Amino acid sequence: MADTRDIELTVNGESRTGTVETRTSLGDFLRHGLDLTGTHMGCEHGVCGACTVLVDGEAVRSCLMLAVQSNGHEITTVEGLAEDDGTLSALQEAFWKHHGLQCGFCTPGMLTSLSAFLRENPDPSERDVREAISGNICRCTGYQGIVDAALDAAKTMRKGS
Amino acid sequence: MKPAPFTYHDPITAGEAVSLLTKFEDAKVLAGGQSLMPMLNMRFVVPDHVIDLNRIDGIAGIRDGGDTIEIGAMTRQRDLMRNQVIATKAPIIGEALNWVGHFQTRNRGTIGGSLCHLDPAAELPCLMALYDAMLTLHGPSGPRQVPFAEWPLAYMLPSIGPDELLTGVSVPYWEGNTGHGFVEFARRHGDFAIVAVAALLTVDGGKITRAAISIGGADVHPIRLTEAEAALVGAAPNAAAFKAAAENARGIETMSDAYVTSAYRQRLAATLVERALSAAASIANENV
Repeated sequence: MADTRDIELTVNGESRTGTVETRTSLGDFLRHGLDLTGTHMGCEHGVCGACTVLVDGEAVRSCLMLAVQSNGHEITTVEGLAEDDGTLSALQEAFWKHHGLQCGFCTPGMLTSLSAFLRENPDPSERDVREAISGNICRCTGYQGIVDAALDAAKTMRKGS
Repeated sequence: MKPAPFTYHDPITAGEAVSLLTKFEDAKVLAGGQSLMPMLNMRFVVPDHVIDLNRIDGIAGIRDGGDTIEIGAMTRQRDLMRNQVIATKAPIIGEALNWVGHFQTRNRGTIGGSLCHLDPAAELPCLMALYDAMLTLHGPSGPRQVPFAEWPLAYMLPSIGPDELLTGVSVPYWEGNTGHGFVEFARRHGDFAIVAVAALLTVDGGKITRAAISIGGADVHPIRLTEAEAALVGAAPNAAAFKAAAENARGIETMSDAYVTSAYRQRLAATLVERALSAAASIANENV
């Protein structure tokens, strides 16, 4: 018989509950249990970074965390980065402006990772940004647009605060 | 892709975790999950029971123990990097952690997990070898201590019983005018080290009074360059002394794999030993 647990967590500000098989990853639970398909599952062993979400504000791999471990925690996925009325965050806006994506597969992981990174590093150098996304693999852009977007977003956010 | 079925346990005390380990034969301990979870996802390991330590109180955190730094096994790598005690008393730990995976994996990965996984190329075991750290294990008959030198038994095999739990690490503080150097060569940043070298030097009155050199990635577990360390004591911290230490590193036992030959690892170890010692000496000299 499957080993299951009832969990209760906050996802993008909303309280959610679910019954999960304990071997289910947080990423699979978000996608299949909560229909939040913005989080992309890529390599499923922590290398590609596509599945990155924020757990209590910190960027983590949702493929390397069990859904049951998120019980009682606060999760932010890419769906939770924009304003409630759909206004894009400064980072998302910058990705649009600088062509920070092509196919979009890595984008949720890039956006969640860089959101957490820019919160702690409001004035990063290009090198800092490249190091921050060294655990996020993009096969389309060559990273240049992503780096430009992150630096531009940082500038916008510094002006705003 | 997901793990084969297992029964999940989330004890809230270390004692409870040890009881579970004693009770179940085929159990795996889940700490930060940055190595075990990939192995579960790929079904390299298929345990009947997974014992999650993440809800246990009292085995995470960093405490200044005077002449030691006491680190709980479940302390996240991120917290080691952000800690003031470590930044002042053992700054090499925070510095070397920049080489451990990526910031997203360091947010979950723990020191205890890394020490028990014991990857030959991992930075934290290399550092604990450098410091001669003392590990505390809890088993059914109580706690016991293992010096790091006795921790690795073989490739990725630590000296821990199936019913034992690593709960903490004690890192001795180096007194005096001590400098450190950590250098690593990997194919990509965040990837496993081909060779990593950590060095500590204490310098007093223009002479080296204490030295430690630890090499990771070269052999199946971290190795200390004890002969070179002994030769450095009493010498002036200069290029000639570091070159001699590097020559000693050229003779170490090294692994070969699909990408890197044993001879290349030896050459790399020699170069990195020299660089780590120079870095350590320049920090020690600045402090004078």
